[in-house]
Amino acid sequence: MRYDVLQLPGVKRLLTHRWPQFTLRLVLLAAFVLAILAGWLGTPVGNRNFAVVAVWIAWWALLILVAVPWLGRAWCSVCPIPLPGEWLQNGAVLGPTGRAGLGRNRRWPRRLRNIWLQNAAFTALALTSAVILTSPVVTATVLAALILLAVGTALVYERRAFCRYLCPVGGFIGLYAQAAPLELRVRDTAVCAAHTEKACYVGNQEGYGCPWGTFPAGMVRNNVCGLCFECLRTCAYDNIVLRIRPWGEDLTQPRGRKLDEAFKAFIMLGGALVYAAVFLGPWGALKDAAYRLGSSAWWGYAGLLLGVTWIGLPGLFALAVRAGRPRHWRRAFTALAYALVPLGLMAWVAFSLAFVAANLSYIWPVLSDPLGWGWNVFGTAQVPWTPYLGRWLPLLQALALAVGVGWSVRVAGRIAQELQLTRALYPVTAFVLLAGGGMAWLLLG
Amino acid sequence: MEWRRWGFWLAVSLVVLLFPLPQARAEGASRTLRIEARQFAFEPGELKVRPGEKVTLELVAVDVAHGLYVEGYDLEVRAEPGQTARLTFVADRPGTFRLRCSVTCGDLHPFMVGKLQVGSRLWFWRALGLMAVAGWAGLSQRKAGA
Repeated sequence: MRYDVLQLPGVKRLLTHRWPQFTLRLVLLAAFVLAILAGWLGTPVGNRNFAVVAVWIAWWALLILVAVPWLGRAWCSVCPIPLPGEWLQNGAVLGPTGRAGLGRNRRWPRRLRNIWLQNAAFTALALTSAVILTSPVVTATVLAALILLAVGTALVYERRAFCRYLCPVGGFIGLYAQAAPLELRVRDTAVCAAHTEKACYVGNQEGYGCPWGTFPAGMVRNNVCGLCFECLRTCAYDNIVLRIRPWGEDLTQPRGRKLDEAFKAFIMLGGALVYAAVFLGPWGALKDAAYRLGSSAWWGYAGLLLGVTWIGLPGLFALAVRAGRPRHWRRAFTALAYALVPLGLMAWVAFSLAFVAANLSYIWPVLSDPLGWGWNVFGTAQVPWTPYLGRWLPLLQALALAVGVGWSVRVAGRIAQELQLTRALYPVTAFVLLAGGGMAWLLLG
Repeated sequence: MEWRRWGFWLAVSLVVLLFPLPQARAEGASRTLRIEARQFAFEPGELKVRPGEKVTLELVAVDVAHGLYVEGYDLEVRAEPGQTARLTFVADRPGTFRLRCSVTCGDLHPFMVGKLQVGSRLWFWRALGLMAVAGWAGLSQRKAGA
């Protein structure tokens, strides 16, 4: 059951033309620069500063509640972070000009063609997130560092190596994009096989070769597609489709499962649990520990986060898989870990609902006074703090977690069937229920 | 038939959501709880009362000005440094509700959170029930598809 949205009138034209996407990215780049300036120059009070409110409340809400679950990597399609680097790499701002850019276009090292660096980068952000999320100057510095890193990577390495291998956000978007009901694929792989030029990969006058280094005909998962639509521009055979599909199709796809991505599933699920405890729990000492970077208490927090995400959850899950007595247990561990993607995604949705609903109203004053300097540009500077959703929040969180559990068990069932490892299904289901129950206790208990 | 199966799980989920859980009520009783607020925690962090109780929260701002907002009840009180403010209400809604500081009090202010538990952990138990139903549904889909 799939439907190609490019068949809808105007959609293909909208996505093939460079101006709509470029304009949106430019607007977002301007917002990004404003966030950096606000962070460095504006008030140090986080919930009165555009940097913190726009990035960690508005952007995060759109990303985790809308973009990722419904549209997969749609954010990557308009993300402004790689934009300056791409301009320099390509020597062009809008489309291919035929001129050589400044990029050295080296190949990304073979040993690093995985998401272990993204796993490490996300963990590093999580370890320092109590400061990053609340301090405008630190938020701005992190944003600026990401842009500089993206520029540096684009000048040395080919394509969007930063997005694919380094971006701490791109790593988890890629993981969860596999659950989304939208996919870009080729219509007929035979057409691609017969096409000797492979314009979608190497580029032509209409567009660049895939910035993500993906050959569309071989693509079976959303994680390696940034929805930049370059292949839509370069394909001379109208062989690219953008389909609506059932949720979570990639998760049961046997090809392309990797241990680095399996660990990303644990890091994200564990991250949601730890964040729920730190940011939404009533334990002041835990918040203090997460906030005082480098203190002995912080080391305890770091131990907790690393222990849960890198050791505890994978270890417990390994025991659950082992209980099924698999013949190739590493393969079974990696494959079944993909069943945790829906639970992880919905755990983040449940966490973010509480976080965003309580803090969303900070947006209105900040829109009028982004730097906290006493401006009132749109007349909303004095809008009081008002938590949203109120009584509906526990219901929505409970439903989100239940959907995550049911969906994860369903995916686990399909993977176990494919591996002929149905014995592992009940221990894995117990693990899913335990993790979901833990999240429910932290959010609703 | 697919829609019948979905209908069944939906019906079971609705039962879990709407089933009246027993709550020992304490109509007419009253209780006063003192809460100290300091950057960035309430002390005690978790309060427990019985449904129907008349509750008075005494908020003491120890260091800077703090507020106390009760989620789900939509009630708020604010206290200046060193002062005590009071908020009285009838805890007529069972469940666990977050208490939030409603006055910007420093970097971690958005995460200054406490908990008010009225009766049993209503939504936690309902969430567990829903998860059990969802897990059951997930397992049964495998069997149906096999």
